[in-house]
Amino acid sequence: MVWILRFGGWISVLVTFGIVITLVTESGPFFAKVPFQRLVSDRMWTPLFADPQYGISALLAGTLVTTGVALLVAVPLGTILAIFLSEFASVRLREVVKPMLELLSAVPTVVYGYFALLTLTPLLQILLPDLPQFSMLSAGLIMGIMIIPYVTSLGEDSMRSVPMLLREGAYALGDGKLGVALRVVFPGAFSGLAAAYVLAISRAVGETMIVAIAAGLQPKLTMNPLDSAATVTAFIVQVSLGDLPHGSIGYQSIFAAGAVLFLMTLGFNLAGHALRRRFHHAV
Amino acid sequence: MRSEHFLENQKQTASRRKAIDLWFGRLGFVLMLGTLGVLAVLLLNLAVNGLSRIDWHFLTSFPSRKAAEAGVLSAWVGTTLLMLVTASLAIPLGVAAGVYLEEYAPKNRWTDFIEINIANLAGVPSILYGLMALGLFVYKFKFGQSILAGGMALGCLVLPIVIVATRESLRTIPSSIREAAFALGATRWQAVWHHLLRYSTGGIATGVILAMSRAIGESSPLITIGALTFIAFLPPAPLIAQPPFVSFEWLFSPFTALPIQMFNWVSRPGEEFQANAAAAGLILMVITLGMNGVAILLRRHVQRNIKW
Repeated sequence: MVWILRFGGWISVLVTFGIVITLVTESGPFFAKVPFQRLVSDRMWTPLFADPQYGISALLAGTLVTTGVALLVAVPLGTILAIFLSEFASVRLREVVKPMLELLSAVPTVVYGYFALLTLTPLLQILLPDLPQFSMLSAGLIMGIMIIPYVTSLGEDSMRSVPMLLREGAYALGDGKLGVALRVVFPGAFSGLAAAYVLAISRAVGETMIVAIAAGLQPKLTMNPLDSAATVTAFIVQVSLGDLPHGSIGYQSIFAAGAVLFLMTLGFNLAGHALRRRFHHAV
Repeated sequence: MRSEHFLENQKQTASRRKAIDLWFGRLGFVLMLGTLGVLAVLLLNLAVNGLSRIDWHFLTSFPSRKAAEAGVLSAWVGTTLLMLVTASLAIPLGVAAGVYLEEYAPKNRWTDFIEINIANLAGVPSILYGLMALGLFVYKFKFGQSILAGGMALGCLVLPIVIVATRESLRTIPSSIREAAFALGATRWQAVWHHLLRYSTGGIATGVILAMSRAIGESSPLITIGALTFIAFLPPAPLIAQPPFVSFEWLFSPFTALPIQMFNWVSRPGEEFQANAAAAGLILMVITLGMNGVAILLRRHVQRNIKW
């Protein structure tokens, strides 16, 4: 019996190896063919064209901008909500609201994509008449809503695990609730909050359907959120939607994009877990 | 005189702080309502645009070039079959892994490695599971662009959720239960099977429901392995008339799924297709939010009713 259980324990390692090995072997021919210099110096990403360009920065720009917009929504809003739920709300309110907020990250992302493209973008076009049908702004804003629970939930957990004694000390010195929250609880919980931010970044970088639907599928080297551009993930979707023979350049290119994506999210995930661990040791 | 001045000062500061606190409390409350409002707007929007499309015909028709005749039959059948594969992979393996790590695993570096690995796996973007499935299941194992490959991709994707839920639920059982079983001569396996698993069923079920609701809404891994968006036939039936009465041919059938079908309709121009998308989205939302609601209630029930 134990052998079966142990196999269960190893399966997670097998899955990780499966992902890493597949990404490495299937993207290998791509990286062997494309000189590193062209990845860095080309300014367009058109690996499937007759005259291919391999500027990965065109894809990274899309990921960077959409993630940036999402963070501009999720970090302030998520942090304020975390402070509110941890320091201001009654226990009853918190117990009702926290699971409801978490529903925001349970909504299927294709539904968010629908909402961004068909509801938010037309609304934004009233304010910004020049906004194209596909825009990184709209996708980023909705993605920000989606990752709020990651910031709020983890952030609130870490703020609440700051010892009561510290708060009481600050109250005894005459500080108010918000003062205690900002000057005592927030610094005390900072590495926990930082972990929440980092994990939220990782979520946003890896998010696929929202950006594939609402931000556009054309790779473009632009930092303008009002423009449309493909992210790393959207490129994979766009190529996958077409006919994709095994071993073709298109097939290899999505694994190359996947390898880049894996490295980025791995970095954020490891950093996030290191921060979380440090926080648990400190408290 | 000076102390009076000081007191006055202190009073002012205190009342200023109280005012700030009051305002921040209100701000937080309003932002909270606003954020939850997004969820309500989302549901309402889908209902307004899609509810009128949902009828018997919509549920029993194949996709069509004519929006008004199109339906989600192949999509919901595909999703159901995918979930069968996903559940039969993720539940036994996830629970086994959770039990192993919590009850059997020695405290050493290898176990530490597995733990970090699971935490990291939970954060791997879902589309990368799709790429793994494409390279490994579709081409290396030669499953093709099939329900089996899709279900396995989703199974790997939700595995960490089941593992973590199992572990957390086992961790809440006090060690005195284990010691009591051992004192009566039970082996570790008997303690696990007769006691620990029974007491943690509620927690594990919560995790399983959350995992399945996540899997139902996922579309990007299915797109990368090449789920088709236009499927006008059903996979071979799992039950057949002649012996042995069960058939596994459906595992290797091409498929579509609800989120894929919705994605296809979203990306088509024309309001009629968008209404179809809203209808499919409404079905998806009701299923996933419903499952999450059940999970929340179940978790609350477990926490209230079990006092060690």
